[in-house]
Amino acid sequence: MRFKWAILFFVLTIATVLTGCEQMIVLDPKGPQAAVQARDIILSAGIMLFIVLVVFGMLIYMLVKYRASKQGDDYEPPHIEGSPLVEAIFIGIPIVIVAFLSVVSVQSNYKVEAPPEGYEAEPLVIYAASSNWKWHFSYPEEDIETLNYLYIPTDRPLEFKIYSFGTISSFWIPQLGGQKYGMADMVNTLHLAADVPGEYMGRNANFNGEGFAENTFNVKAMSQAEFDKWIEDVKNTAQPLTEEKFTELLEHGHLGQMTFTGTHLSFLPPPEGEHGGHNHGSSSTNNDHDDHDKDEEHHHH
Amino acid sequence: MEFFERFAIPHPSPAIYASMVAIGITVIAIIAGLTYFKKWGYLWREWLTTVDHKRIGIMYLISALLMLFRGGVDAIMMRAQLAVPENTVLDAQHYNEVFTTHGVVMIMFMAMPFIIALMNYVVPLQIGARDVAFPRLNALSFWLFFMGAMLFNISFVIGGSPDAGWTSYFPLAGTEFSKSVGTNYYMIALQIAGLGTLMTGINFIATILKMRAPGMTLMKMPMFTWSALITNVIIVFAFPVLTVALAMGTMDRLFATNFFTSDNGGMDMLWANLFWVWGHPEVYILILPAFGIYSEVISTFARRNLYGYKSMVWSMVIISLLSFTVWVHHFYTMGQGALVNSIFSITTMAIAVPTGVKIFNWLLTLWKGKIEVTTPMLYSLLFIPIFTIGGVTGVMLGMSAADYQYHNTMFLVAHFHLVIIPGVVFAMLAGLTFYWPKMFGFMLNEKIGKISAWIIAISTLVAFMPMFISGLDGQARRMYTYSESTGFTIWNMISFVGAIGLAIGFILIVYNIYYSIRYAPRNVGSDPWNARSLEWATPSPVPEYNFAIVPNVKSSQALWDAKKHGHELFKGKIEKIHMPNNSGVPFIMASIFFIWGFSFIFAMWIPLILSTIAIFACMAYQSFEKDDGRYISVEEVKETEEKLGGTKI
Repeated sequence: MRFKWAILFFVLTIATVLTGCEQMIVLDPKGPQAAVQARDIILSAGIMLFIVLVVFGMLIYMLVKYRASKQGDDYEPPHIEGSPLVEAIFIGIPIVIVAFLSVVSVQSNYKVEAPPEGYEAEPLVIYAASSNWKWHFSYPEEDIETLNYLYIPTDRPLEFKIYSFGTISSFWIPQLGGQKYGMADMVNTLHLAADVPGEYMGRNANFNGEGFAENTFNVKAMSQAEFDKWIEDVKNTAQPLTEEKFTELLEHGHLGQMTFTGTHLSFLPPPEGEHGGHNHGSSSTNNDHDDHDKDEEHHHH
Repeated sequence: MEFFERFAIPHPSPAIYASMVAIGITVIAIIAGLTYFKKWGYLWREWLTTVDHKRIGIMYLISALLMLFRGGVDAIMMRAQLAVPENTVLDAQHYNEVFTTHGVVMIMFMAMPFIIALMNYVVPLQIGARDVAFPRLNALSFWLFFMGAMLFNISFVIGGSPDAGWTSYFPLAGTEFSKSVGTNYYMIALQIAGLGTLMTGINFIATILKMRAPGMTLMKMPMFTWSALITNVIIVFAFPVLTVALAMGTMDRLFATNFFTSDNGGMDMLWANLFWVWGHPEVYILILPAFGIYSEVISTFARRNLYGYKSMVWSMVIISLLSFTVWVHHFYTMGQGALVNSIFSITTMAIAVPTGVKIFNWLLTLWKGKIEVTTPMLYSLLFIPIFTIGGVTGVMLGMSAADYQYHNTMFLVAHFHLVIIPGVVFAMLAGLTFYWPKMFGFMLNEKIGKISAWIIAISTLVAFMPMFISGLDGQARRMYTYSESTGFTIWNMISFVGAIGLAIGFILIVYNIYYSIRYAPRNVGSDPWNARSLEWATPSPVPEYNFAIVPNVKSSQALWDAKKHGHELFKGKIEKIHMPNNSGVPFIMASIFFIWGFSFIFAMWIPLILSTIAIFACMAYQSFEKDDGRYISVEEVKETEEKLGGTKI
């Protein structure tokens, strides 16, 4: 029975995939948003595995029972048009499953789009901008900026404001939550939070040319006290970020990790607020000094 | 000097030089061979100017198989590059070009012509027609597709390949970030091929609606014809969007407009929307004819009528409608908020319902059947479990909150390959094996066929299942390399082994064709599979007029009724048959389109203007040409039928 072997092979393949789950970072969440997504993935994978097994079971049954070699020469298969009852079952059960998954999906959508609940602290706003092939992280309240690495406090909501200098990128820290696009003409908001201190991988997930593979950043989650101390250190040791310096950074391809005091938000405002709405008619990449003050107010409210 | 620099290869690599030499030698060999064997006249009269849907179908088929190997070589290069961490076989730029051309070639120049090949060959036969509604337009469709494909394929030796992914998202695909002419090739070659496809869509809708044999009402059409009808309706609605998007993209690149750029009011999201408003229905354009093939094959070799014919038809109609309502699931992460994502999440998962109906109908067609496992049936049986794995992971991807984690990862790559390979490629290989005796009058070797089917099926799983894991482990798609510390190595190595297996399977198919041409018996008759629909009621190989007498139909399995219930298919007597004349216009016009496209890509305005005028001249010539076709006399038909052992009068 070659078919039995084939089916065995399929089942083993699926089993291999499932046992591989343990180490996969998406299924090893370190924050509430990633936990919602991991739960959805496991739940839907479980239900789908049930469907796969039903289909496999039916296929094996049909092939074992109705092979030509198992039947007499005089057997004539009957003409069967279909049965409303059988077809109702095969339409009804998938509808129930899809309806259930839809409810789960909609609930999760609102969860991952909203600030995570259960935290007392105010959200920490971080602007994450990509350029070929770097990540610029601005902490407007702390008035510092980092390049290609990210320090975050644990147990506090994080509000990422994502945009891009150029191509579309996708900001992704798998263990804290799924990704969102950064584009040149609008700012996207992504709410994340980290519950566990540690070091996590962050990367651009959307292809953006030659340097894409190395378009990564390191994320380090630490307690609020340690985070505050780091801010203090940065303020004491780092160089200020000037407009000239930032323009120079944008021109380079890959660069290592860097730290600055001040942010690029003050002289190169992100495409949000009056600059947002897909940037109709005006160019936000121009250095517009008239809007400069308004934007500063906007970030410090 | 700057002008000539644009034609240079942007990155020299021994593989590209070797390909250039190989292309040169092949072209010289073909020209020399045709001249030596004095086949130029034969080639022109029998193939280049033909308007016969069967010959056009075969030319589509040959093109699709060639492109399968071109896209396959790209795939092997990618998997080889990723097999070990920090590999340097390809550099980043070369890898980007390879995955871009792999995607475009496989979707546009392999899968599309493959389904259109089978549609061309089978649909007129299945509905008892003499040809398609507009035979000359059909020839033009083919030659436009062919010239578009050839134009795209020369990109890697002249000027550089496109490198912005098969989706070519702007602004990356704009001149600011993709400076070479590569993306121009993408825009223009797809435009030319896409126009051909749109014409095919119109042609086949007219054919199926107007040219069915007497008695064949819509609900008595064989399932493959139904799938072809619905597919062509989707083509007619979807392809104009691609035409417009490509035209806008071309203007951005060549005339510095700002539809999709970062500044001056351009909107990169607009490209993503237009691309996927075409791109998502495109998926169903590919898969529905495949479903049609499976329906034919499974019911033939289960020796039973198709279970749930009506629900099969309705599920396809519903899939075609839903296919236009889900495009946003390709960019859940573009920031449209929870409400919009929720709506598209629900419509996306809803497609699983009609698709599931089809899977269960095929399973129930096996029920109480008398299942015979031939090569086409083996592909169909292997399709069911593998496609189910691909399909259910599609439902998982449809859940938008979870998609934030799958988006742009290898998980997605695994999903769509496990849908498209069993869905489209297996179906086309099943269809190729199934219809081979009808096309060429002999069977492909069953033993080699089955071995290759097994190798391809198992290799597909070996190649793509590991990607589910590496995707959930954070491997983004389109990364040309990774470090060992990521832990992706083992999974990519397994995928590479699977890719090698796939290559072996496809090479075996070519060997099978060679082997069968040499050794297969030639007396297989007109109905070697004991099949059920009309295409098997006419002699093999099929005479140019298809049917000496137009058949009379009472059900969706007309031939089966004739064989089992003694229905008389061919009533009346042979009369003279009206056929269209061959024409060189489609080939010449498409060749001018090639020059037009090449001039456009390199912004050579004078040849562009001249070729534009020449294209309009062709249209004018065609419009004023008085050609009412010709008649095949009764004696000639009788003689042919006698020679082929067809209808006895």
